[in-house]
Amino acid sequence: MAEIRYDHQVISGIIETGSKVLDLGCGGGDLLKYLVDTKNVQAQGIELDEEAIHRCVAKGLSVYHSDIDSGLKGYPDKTFDYVILNQSLQQVKNIDYVTDESLRVGKKVIVGFPNFAFIASRSTLFFQGRVPITASLPYEWHNTPNLRFLSIDDFEYYCEQKKSQVIDRRYIGVPLLAEAFPNLFAESAIFLITATPE
Amino acid sequence: MNTLGIIQTKEITFAQPPDELILESGQKLGPVTVAYETYGTLNAAKSNAILVTHAFSGDAHAAGYHEGEEKPGWWDAMIGPGKAFDTDKYFVISSNVIGGCKGSTGPASINPATGKPYGLDFPIITIPDMVHAQKRLIDHLGIDTLLSVAGGSMGGMQALQWAVSYPEKIRSAIPIATTLKHSPQQIAFDEVGRQAIMADPDWHEGDYYGKAHPERGLAIARMVGHITYMSDQSMEEKFSRRRKENDYAFSFKSDFEVEGYLRYRGDTFVKRFDANSYLYITKAMDYFDVAGKKFIAADKKVDAQFLILSFQSDWLYPSYQSRDIANELRMRSIDVTYCEIKSTYGHDAFLLEVDAETHLIKHFLEKVSQQKKSPTV
Repeated sequence: MAEIRYDHQVISGIIETGSKVLDLGCGGGDLLKYLVDTKNVQAQGIELDEEAIHRCVAKGLSVYHSDIDSGLKGYPDKTFDYVILNQSLQQVKNIDYVTDESLRVGKKVIVGFPNFAFIASRSTLFFQGRVPITASLPYEWHNTPNLRFLSIDDFEYYCEQKKSQVIDRRYIGVPLLAEAFPNLFAESAIFLITATPE
Repeated sequence: MNTLGIIQTKEITFAQPPDELILESGQKLGPVTVAYETYGTLNAAKSNAILVTHAFSGDAHAAGYHEGEEKPGWWDAMIGPGKAFDTDKYFVISSNVIGGCKGSTGPASINPATGKPYGLDFPIITIPDMVHAQKRLIDHLGIDTLLSVAGGSMGGMQALQWAVSYPEKIRSAIPIATTLKHSPQQIAFDEVGRQAIMADPDWHEGDYYGKAHPERGLAIARMVGHITYMSDQSMEEKFSRRRKENDYAFSFKSDFEVEGYLRYRGDTFVKRFDANSYLYITKAMDYFDVAGKKFIAADKKVDAQFLILSFQSDWLYPSYQSRDIANELRMRSIDVTYCEIKSTYGHDAFLLEVDAETHLIKHFLEKVSQQKKSPTV
């Protein structure tokens, strides 16, 4: 069995067994399949790439062929316990719309994103004067699918503006330091947010 | 390629008067004969049956070969040992729709009231009527619940109609390159075909049996149909502006290969298809509308899973229509997978994109058959 990505393990740790889950930009379905196996979730994916859809179907997953920006139409309010946007929010064109729609169709939303203010990125930019390439931001400026570059503090501020409540924050990065100073030492973050304060 | 070998078409007859089939129009039809073929073996639990529903000009002969014929059934690439509809695992049933002309009761059949072919005395039939007749066939075969019902184009409409009429009798459906309702554009093309037939002097208000058939009209209708089944790109690739002769004829004989192709298609079609069936079946498609409230009732708990497929270059049944189907299902919290397959073949793609369809359908059916049937109370 292939090694399970650490962020997938973190997300699985957040999700309750038997939940109804929608993964926006689910790729080949590795995360969803893992959640089916570990948390017995009812899984649904949305994915734009046809070849990735084939891989999802081969895993026995249900997937809807669409981009993230228009893929949420048609779902009634609070259809899902969790809507997951893992490493895909930064590739979305209409962030506000997708965030609002995710908070509408999902009771809770899990957002995983790379932290542009991670220390390695800062030092590349500062000392080398080059656009940073890190494990969570592995692309060159000319071939990146990412449309947005945000830091953990940026996302905190965004949630505040949106009046969405942050229920949980998980950081992946330099051990111990990432927890203490996430915006500097976390390479990526996973936020659990909701529209209605509990 | 594995093949099913020689296949024979069978038939059942039911709805003997006075117990005729009551049609959607309120009219009665009986007796009703349904021609069908089966491939593979029904298991002891009778839980591996898949109904394959044909498109407009299809018939019961979906796979294998008829004795002495060189061409296999219309979906032979998809049905057989090891194929998408794997006959080593599944029992596949295919039947000719009522209103058709390939063994099932249609306008060319003998009207018991007159002893002559029905012609226009044949009642108008609809997609629900076709599906109710198929249900009788499934009952006759002793099958309570279908593992799946699958088909493209008009076959997809029947698959959707099964989900609407008998949601508890199917465990899954695979509607391909189809729609919840015929659009004005789709109705318009059908009407051109019907008008071509009815304008043929040999049509005689449908009363042409035993005489010259309205072959010109039917051929023209088919030519129009074929244009709608292709795409701009597939026609460019297939014909471009290639000609039979180097020089233009400067006349109205067919210079271009595409003209010759359409004429050939028209001329071969009249040998195998009845003009009145063309009228009746296109009308059935035009009446088809299970959109919105007419779809599966919102409060109905449906366990059936759906695989919806469309094709990028299909402008006759564009992908937005398939997305509409998927959205109606999503609104009802019904499990659905939707994929738009890359293809340049236009509407014909559902018969041609075998590899992509096979991969998706095979895995989808595996998932459906692995899941235990929810207990029927």
